[in-house]
Amino acid sequence: MSRISATFEKLGQEGRKALIPFFTAGDPSLAQCVPTMQALVAGGADLIELGVPFSDPMADGPTIQRASERALRQGVSLRQVLDAVSRFRQDDGKTPVVLMGYANPIERMGREAFADRCAESGVDGVLVVDYPPDEARALGALLSPRGIDSIFLLSPTSTDERVREIATLASGYIYYVSLRGVTGASHIDVADVGHQVARIKALARVPVGVGFGIRDDATARALSAVADGIVVGSRIVEEIEASSESEAPAAVGALIKRFRQAMDAQR
Amino acid sequence: MKIYDMPDREGHFGPYGGTFVSETLIAAIDELKRQYLRFRDDPEFQEEYAYELKHYVGRPSPIYHARRLSDSLGGAQIYLKREDLNHTGAHKINNTVGQAMLARRMGKRRVIAETGAGQHGVATATVAARYGMECVVYMGSEDVRRQAQNVYRMKLLGATVVPVESGSKTLKDALNEAMRDWVTNVQDTFYIIGTVAGPHPYPMMVRDFNAVVGRECLAQMPEMAGRQPDVVIACVGGGSNAMGIFHPYIPEETVRLMGVEAGGEGVATGHHAASLVAGSPGVLHGNRTYLLQDENGQIIETHSISAGLDYPGVGPEHAWLKDTGRAEYVAITDGEALNAFHALCRMEGIIPALESSHALAQAMKMAPAMGKERILLVNLSGRGDKDMATVAERSGIRL
Repeated sequence: MSRISATFEKLGQEGRKALIPFFTAGDPSLAQCVPTMQALVAGGADLIELGVPFSDPMADGPTIQRASERALRQGVSLRQVLDAVSRFRQDDGKTPVVLMGYANPIERMGREAFADRCAESGVDGVLVVDYPPDEARALGALLSPRGIDSIFLLSPTSTDERVREIATLASGYIYYVSLRGVTGASHIDVADVGHQVARIKALARVPVGVGFGIRDDATARALSAVADGIVVGSRIVEEIEASSESEAPAAVGALIKRFRQAMDAQR
Repeated sequence: MKIYDMPDREGHFGPYGGTFVSETLIAAIDELKRQYLRFRDDPEFQEEYAYELKHYVGRPSPIYHARRLSDSLGGAQIYLKREDLNHTGAHKINNTVGQAMLARRMGKRRVIAETGAGQHGVATATVAARYGMECVVYMGSEDVRRQAQNVYRMKLLGATVVPVESGSKTLKDALNEAMRDWVTNVQDTFYIIGTVAGPHPYPMMVRDFNAVVGRECLAQMPEMAGRQPDVVIACVGGGSNAMGIFHPYIPEETVRLMGVEAGGEGVATGHHAASLVAGSPGVLHGNRTYLLQDENGQIIETHSISAGLDYPGVGPEHAWLKDTGRAEYVAITDGEALNAFHALCRMEGIIPALESSHALAQAMKMAPAMGKERILLVNLSGRGDKDMATVAERSGIRL
């Protein structure tokens, strides 16, 4: 069983929901990448989504684009992100790490080389935001034998046919986009998300995490009643943006702890 | 003659093209694809489109034999397809009229667009005014500064121009921002992409709307010159004017197709926008194509004197035509384009756009070594009024 599936299974047994923070690797600096991951785990994160910076992050809002720009100004590359995961793995063999990013840096490295490097570094899942199912299938055929899950996005506008197609390809978990728009937008309808998650779970066999627009612990608590996991992204990146470089890990650790407490109070 | 029927159902031109977008956009793109395929074959739609092209755009545009220019070069005859004479001064309106008509039929009341130099933004603002639709144009803040006159034109036409501050603050960032607007407002908004790039069906749709240029040439050249040209030459940024004139000529195997990219300060200097000449395949803005990228797959900043060619990608059909050898691609520097610009002004009384001056420069390069009976057909894709400030500044003149 993959590290991701084991994590969701254990949480399920405990009656808890996964807390999944996202931040962009290299923001605020490459040196703080592993300390930030460790602070998130200490604050109660169950799984970490690590953003791979890209020059043209079309599906992200301004907050995450700025994080990408900060990382790229320091020359952070996919290779260095994978190296950071390796360093994280030296002390943490338990917390799953998912790389989330765009196709071009992966294609530039070469899909097979990327899959090899993911396996060597201890990456557990890969979400390529701009891959259509056919391309993701080709990458998944390289990731799966190496024990790496293929994570997919589904949105409020995904048809049942689309959900079924992605359900056959997805492993680990499915990331449900809780609103229309880009990352960091606002206005979540909890009842509607609950209905949509139920629709997906009827068609897919993997857990469903919910993200996009989760900005406060109250929303996280409400959504954790209807989903298997909560993804917090832009809110964390804002915290990094507002902190000095040296204080960023502690700041996001404290923030994620508030989300954890709110979600566990739900039980 | 082989039948050319690219792209396939998923929008692939060989290994290029496709639909590389986030799941959040898939439903909107599927809907657009369905509606476009429906109206593409709808006689009523085509009739209205033809009417608009004739009475609003001013088509057909003439072909002009540039005799003095040809004589001065002493070789091949240069003919110009006068897209600069269209309403709004460039080929861009062929596409915006078509997409705006589609938007109306899809019940979208708001149109958005990205623009670099502002020509596509102006063409979009124009049709939005014509059809009474709300219009928002995204433009890199650097381009807003460089193209103040076009920004004002768009505002006069009733559009809102949003300066984009992210990334390199140019065309590619405007495209990112427009795509975000579309994801967020997809219910009432139609995104009018201005070039043959983006996710399927845009490369096909924008090509189809511009293919009127090549179809007219096929009919006009025998009347003008007694035969088809030896070479068709067009500038390539994203590549919409080139795809428009190339596409009907693809089955005409004796006609060479030549795309001219922006060589900037010279391809060897690294300061250019020649994706096909100097780039490598990758994925950007919804499709797989040739890109200017670094060794880590990050898109690099481009340079050209012509804002309309200043783009790090290129339409996927051009990538396919390059690999198959059906079209050839070369680069022309800022300096060569400027020389061609001045030559056409002085010898023919035509002020070309700096974009089109790249195609013209390639023709002027080739003509002297060719016989006088040979024919080069240049797509003069736009007029140069918008470039006055840029050209004056290069000559050390402040307007």
